[in-house]
Parts: sequence; C-alpha cells; structure tokens
Amino acid sequence: MDTITLIAIASIIMSSFTTAIGTMIPALAEGKAVVSALSSLAQQPDASPTITRTLFVGLAMIESMAIYCFVVSMILLFANPFWNHFISTAGH
Amino acid sequence: MHLSSDEIVFTSWKWVTLNATIVYTWVIIIVLAILSYAVTSHLKQLSHRTRGQNFLEMLILLIEKQLNEAGLQSSRTYIPFIGTLFLFIAFANLLTIVPIYEPPTSSLSTTAALALSIFFAVPYFGIRRKGLIGYLKTYLEPTFIMLPFNIISELTRTVALAVRLFGNMMSGVMILAILLSIAPIFFPIMMIVLGLLTGMVQAYIFSILATVFIAAAVQIDNEKHESHNNDTANNTLHEADSL
Repeated sequence: MDTITLIAIASIIMSSFTTAIGTMIPALAEGKAVVSALSSLAQQPDASPTITRTLFVGLAMIESMAIYCFVVSMILLFANPFWNHFISTAGH
Repeated sequence: MHLSSDEIVFTSWKWVTLNATIVYTWVIIIVLAILSYAVTSHLKQLSHRTRGQNFLEMLILLIEKQLNEAGLQSSRTYIPFIGTLFLFIAFANLLTIVPIYEPPTSSLSTTAALALSIFFAVPYFGIRRKGLIGYLKTYLEPTFIMLPFNIISELTRTVALAVRLFGNMMSGVMILAILLSIAPIFFPIMMIVLGLLTGMVQAYIFSILATVFIAAAVQIDNEKHESHNNDTANNTLHEADSL
C-alpha cells in the first residue's frame, strides 16, 4: 500500500471514530442536563424562564463539543491537509 | 459537495474573489438597512404607529429584557452592538428557506469575524466602564497566578464562539446535502425546519454569550451582593428539597 492509500484509510476510520465517540459522550451529558433541568422545573415551575434559558445555553455549550468533533471529521473527510499535501507532492 | 460557502466563487479578478459568503453578507446588510430605514424614517407616537414600528419596538424591548435578565445592567448602552449581532445572525440563518441562498454563517470567515468583534468589544466596554487599570486588574483575579489562564480563556472562548456557530450552520447545510442524495422528497424539508430552529437557537446563544462576556467585563464590585443572593436562592432550594 502506498502512502496515499494509508492516509485515506486512516482518515476514514478516524473520522468515523471521531463522530461516534464525539456524539456519544455529549449525548450522555445532554441527557443529564435535561434530566436535572426537568426535575428542577417540576420542583419550581415559577423559575421556568430562568431554568429554560440556562438549560438552552448549557445545552448549546455541551453540543458545541459534539460540533467540534463533527468539524474535525468533516475536515478529515473533505479537506484533509495531509491528503492534499501528498497529492500535490505526488504530481512532481 | 462543498464544506463552506467560501467555495462558491462568482467572479475572481487577480487576487480578489467574489464568493457566495461576501455576496450574501452584503445582501443581508442591504436588506436589513433598507427595512429598518423604511420603518424608522417616519416614526410616530401612540396610536399612529405603523406595523413595522410596533414590530421593531417589540424586538428592541425583547432584546433589552433578555440582556437585563442575563445580568447586564444599563443594557441600552449595549443594545446597538449585541442587538445587531443577534439580528444579523438570526436573519442570516432564517433566510435558508430561500432556495439558492447559502447562509454566510456556514463559512468560518464570517463567524470568525463576528467572534473577533466580540473579542475586541469586551475590553472596549470594560475599559470604558472601569478605566484601563481597573480593567487590567480583572485579569489578576482571584490571584495573579490566574493571569495566564485568564488570557488563555479569553482566546479560547473566541475560537469556541466562531467554531460553534460555524459548525452548527455547516452541519445543517451538510446534512441537507447528504439527505438529498438518500431521501430527496420529504425528509430534507423536516431537516430544513430543524435547521431554522437550530439557527434561531444559535443566534440566541451567540448573543447571550456575548452578553455574558461583556457583563463579566463591566461588572463593578457587586460580587458580594450577588453571592449573598445566590446563598439565599440556594437556601430556598434546599428548603424546597427538604419539603
């Protein structure tokens, strides 16, 4: 196998692992956040605007972790710098 | 399939390229400017108000209320900045229902520019409120050991702001492109609806985070008061728990 094939294999495998692990753990974290927000909503319905706002901000923060992983895997798949580098050097 | 709207190039002349991001950003700017000029050029009092004026006043009051609730006192000072950020991002994300349109927020250059404007606005508002020395002292809190961490957090939160908005909008466009090749008839519409929701939430998050950062920079020595408030809130929470 030449270098380009190795890079392609590594990129594809790692991008799927990045998305898999990077969505699994933030999903657990978001579940925890929603559970505690719901239980505090049930205890204090009067505070619902504050709780909902904080929940949304927190969820977006947690979700951005998953988004970072997504961006990394997209870069690996569609804008891979190593791949581009070896393609350009292979031309010479 | 393209990663960002930077890659759609309309014309290029030497090193100047006119890509979709720039064009649609200017379209949004012009549309927003014309709409708000048309409304604000003839403001009326009381019951003579037009629909547009009512809508804009409602929007301003809503933003002001949100800023106050996020802990920013005298929020009228900050509405021109944060409100504009919110309106621009929300409008850019909502226009995705127009067919050929690509949201400029799905390009890292736009979101990086927006995040950089916050990066510079935070010290600007901080220095204007506290003075240069007073603002620089906040980097030494709670002790001087925290100085490098405060500086690092200033940088990383800017990067995080940019990548968060970019990733969310780009993923929406991307999922749409993938779904069009798998299930082209009905399912992409649901994803567009979900994308509209995500767009509004992200615009809200972006501006509320800007608010929180600015509020942290302009806060003047009422931490003691606030921590006392938090204590009482915690106490009531515990009482509710024990009940």
